[in-house]
Amino acid sequence: MTTKTKKTTLVEKKLIGLADIVIQSAERAKDPTFQIPIRALSNVSFNERKGLIEMGSKKQERSFFNVGMAKKFMQTVLVADALSELQRADLTTSLREIYYRTKHTIQDSHENTFDTQDESDPVIEDLEVSLAALREELHVRAENSGSIVGPVVFGDDGDRVDCAKLGKGGYSVPSIVEPEYLEIRRCTADFLLLVEKGTQWNRLSEDKFWRRYNCVLLTGNGQPPRGVRRLARRLHEEHRLPVYVLVDNDPWGYYIYSVIKQGSINLAFESQRMAIPKAKFMGLSSADPEQYELPRNVGIKLNEKDIARAKELMNYQWFQKPAWQAEIKRMLTSGLKYELDALANKDFQYLTKKYLPKKLQERDWLD
Amino acid sequence: MAKKKESTSETEPKSSAPRANPEPVATKKAAAKPAERVTAVEMGARQREISVSEFFTKNRHLLGFDNPRKALLTCVKEAVDNALDACEEAGILPDVTVRLEVVPNGEPVAPSQASRFRITVTDNGPGIVRQQIPRIFAKLLYGSKFHRLRMSRGQQGIGISAAGMYGQLTTGKPVKIISRIGPKAAAHFFEVQIDTKKNEPLVHENKQIDWEQPRGTQVTLEVEGKYQKGRASVDEWLEQTSIANPHVKLIYQTPEGETKEYPRTYHELPPQPREIKPHPYGIEFGMLLKMLQDTKSHTLSGFLAGDFCRVSPQLAEEICKTAKVSPTAKPRDLKGPVAETLYKTLQETKIMAPPTNCISPIGEKAILSGLYKQIKGEFYTAVSRPPAVYRGNPFIIEAGLAYGNRPQDQNKPQQPAMPKAEGEHEEEDSELARVIRYANRVPLLYQQSACSTFKAVLSTTWKNYGLTQSRGALPGGPLVIFVHMASVWVPFTSESKEAIADYDEIQKEITLALRECGRRLGLFVRRRERAASEYRRRNIFELYIEEVVDACNRLKGGKLPKEKLKEQLQKIANSRTGGAKTDEALGKTGAGPEGLPHSIIVTAEGVEGETELATRVEADQATAAPSAEPDLLGDTLSVGEPVSKKKTAKENRPKNFPKKTTTKADQIALFAGESRAKKKPGGRSTKPAKTVAPRKPK
Repeated sequence: MTTKTKKTTLVEKKLIGLADIVIQSAERAKDPTFQIPIRALSNVSFNERKGLIEMGSKKQERSFFNVGMAKKFMQTVLVADALSELQRADLTTSLREIYYRTKHTIQDSHENTFDTQDESDPVIEDLEVSLAALREELHVRAENSGSIVGPVVFGDDGDRVDCAKLGKGGYSVPSIVEPEYLEIRRCTADFLLLVEKGTQWNRLSEDKFWRRYNCVLLTGNGQPPRGVRRLARRLHEEHRLPVYVLVDNDPWGYYIYSVIKQGSINLAFESQRMAIPKAKFMGLSSADPEQYELPRNVGIKLNEKDIARAKELMNYQWFQKPAWQAEIKRMLTSGLKYELDALANKDFQYLTKKYLPKKLQERDWLD
Repeated sequence: MAKKKESTSETEPKSSAPRANPEPVATKKAAAKPAERVTAVEMGARQREISVSEFFTKNRHLLGFDNPRKALLTCVKEAVDNALDACEEAGILPDVTVRLEVVPNGEPVAPSQASRFRITVTDNGPGIVRQQIPRIFAKLLYGSKFHRLRMSRGQQGIGISAAGMYGQLTTGKPVKIISRIGPKAAAHFFEVQIDTKKNEPLVHENKQIDWEQPRGTQVTLEVEGKYQKGRASVDEWLEQTSIANPHVKLIYQTPEGETKEYPRTYHELPPQPREIKPHPYGIEFGMLLKMLQDTKSHTLSGFLAGDFCRVSPQLAEEICKTAKVSPTAKPRDLKGPVAETLYKTLQETKIMAPPTNCISPIGEKAILSGLYKQIKGEFYTAVSRPPAVYRGNPFIIEAGLAYGNRPQDQNKPQQPAMPKAEGEHEEEDSELARVIRYANRVPLLYQQSACSTFKAVLSTTWKNYGLTQSRGALPGGPLVIFVHMASVWVPFTSESKEAIADYDEIQKEITLALRECGRRLGLFVRRRERAASEYRRRNIFELYIEEVVDACNRLKGGKLPKEKLKEQLQKIANSRTGGAKTDEALGKTGAGPEGLPHSIIVTAEGVEGETELATRVEADQATAAPSAEPDLLGDTLSVGEPVSKKKTAKENRPKNFPKKTTTKADQIALFAGESRAKKKPGGRSTKPAKTVAPRKPK
């Protein structure tokens, strides 16, 4: 620990810079103010050439002596302090632990620095963007909520992890998968299949789909966490694996695909390291029910929220390709959404034995 | 108006007699033998008179005896109303004691379970002459207040005798009365019952006794009832009575054996209301006919000028001319269409509004003092409207407000400062305002939503005055709204006097009074909010500076000159929250409640506005219960002189009150000096002196 504290990391320097802003402003009798890039649709643009969502240059000011911002300002400084503590101690932590670490009752009052985690999470994201530091670099990890199985070998803390020899449970993807933490020793797969749902990933893993088609199966249990996205990106980049995405046929599935492909609006600044512009949308497409003769009764009626979200997606710049407009329109016209699980209506192993083989054979996917 | 009441109550039993009696008989016979007929003679033989008392025995709900709980309240109310009316008419500051006891019926029961009560109401009034006692207490429609147009609590002469009759009906016990008209006279003890057939008193017991009181009356009733606290209870009624009658000293012994004392906080009797003659606009045709018959005048013009108010002899001549009647005609001869023309002419002639000295309002100061005494708040205000007239009856509307929580009370629950866990929030008050209604100083507890006052409160836009209010609901917040209507004739919606009828003129006056109160409250609320938000602003910065400085220090590895940074930041904070100006807004400079007449504001530092009243009230409360707040007032009271004064005041109580002029000044100086010595010695003590001069309303 003593050796580590001596060497100040770049991130730590950035964090200390916040304290300097306060000190310097105070010297000059000015209101201490932080510049924070805005994380909203209004401040992102789609770089068509790169196929990425990029963050604009719009910034918001957060100043101390403004009644509306004073608390946020104070919280920002507190979180910065906690993050620099992590740096010094070389520990990683979760969002929730940061919330608890920084929460206390302000002296002589009944006011808490933070009331809920909903207040501290955005502050951490604010710091990520304003310091241009990734969450991993800030030593903040998310939950391990992804699994991987297939012909790939990792080195994790010196242990050799062969994902082809981990049964049907696979390897739990850590939240931080940067090369310093996770080494990809060998990968002989032909492609990578990213499945939205853990249940369908289990189906494929149990059926040893990866062995038959020589692929890596990855899931993020819903919206894939950063670790899963980053790992997919690394496998894609370092081992030239094509990435296919398998999601439910609903607006949320489309959006998951788009986040994997182009990056998210909220964390647009991370697209550089996360997005996989060449990822392909394998299914479930709104054309599939007809193609694969799924009966109408296994569909689910779109609710108002679904419809609104679908229309929103159609307006996003990165969904402007005619194929995609047609895809979403088709779903809206049918008024139905389908879950991956609905394929079980035909056969328990329909996904493994019919659907995916056919898709792969026909190269039936969207870009 | 008064006539109308009388005529209805007399004619009603008669007119209902033929219908009420034969009907059941007739149907019975008809069922048995449909062919049999009853002759008019036979039917006529069945007709007989119904006595008023019999009528009310069957219709006791009309007088407020619908259920045991309400009946108990009505009995107390009638006895107290009578006591107060008597004292005030005799010019005596009333001391009234109300005692409620459980009458055990078998084994002893808890007051809330008991069904039989003894009510004893004692006053220090003028007493009643011996001959009148039986009739006053055991004859319905007998009294002094009915035949005159003058403001008083009681009106019809039904109340106390009806209460007695209710007791007699439910327990069989007579009404017991002790009365003494002066220290030299003997005290008389009576036990009376009412002969419900004849409406005449039956005297059971009549003797001279020894009574410790030099003068006054004591009534004891034994009735069936139910004692339950809360809304519309005896306790609430007495508390509200004490608010509107701060000149009354009220002692209440609850059935639970507790003694509640409501001290006198206003030491002047309300001015004696004068009797007036009826105003032509306020009478109905039937009443005019009766007056024409009863008058002592020999000429019509004499009758008009003499028996009505605001009709001069010239105007009387003019009226006669317009109505085409001879001014010298005998009033008794006027009948039929002629009388009707006269009535119409009277209604159409422009006549000056009736005189208003027949009404005695409570007065802004007395309302303030009553509210301040009974309700713990931060802000009080009161408005007395100028007199107005509905249907020829003069009336005055008064309104008051008590708002907020006392600063001491606010701090109390905050003291155990516990860090809040996730999901815990400060509790927010969602209570609604409470409306307390009065008619001629008597609290109205039932039928709130039917009352004109309540409707006026609802239709006032309280949002304009900084309060919350949902559509068609009472305003929200810790607020008590006081509305009083004083009139020679309060138009109740029913005989049991529970709600004031909805005349436009009355509603308008109430609304105007409420608006004025609201406007003052709005000024107060806004002033306070402004101060609070400035305070919060500065507070926020002060709180957060500490946190930010600590965090920066840790970020810099603990090598930061913390104090220097803190100072620098605090300087910025101060320059941004307006420094001295905030102090001013916070009221730390001691600016009074400017633009708020007849108001009291209570702050943590002390009382502003009508400080004289407030200190007086506190002094009186201290006398009443010296041990109640020993830590608060202990030092002040031990100064010697005031204590002796208070003792003498207590002993002299039944006699006239000692002149207060010197005492008043002493008390103010004392309280002002004492309570503010800690903060700003001298700075405040001059202020009460300024406001001692009583400010008159516009």
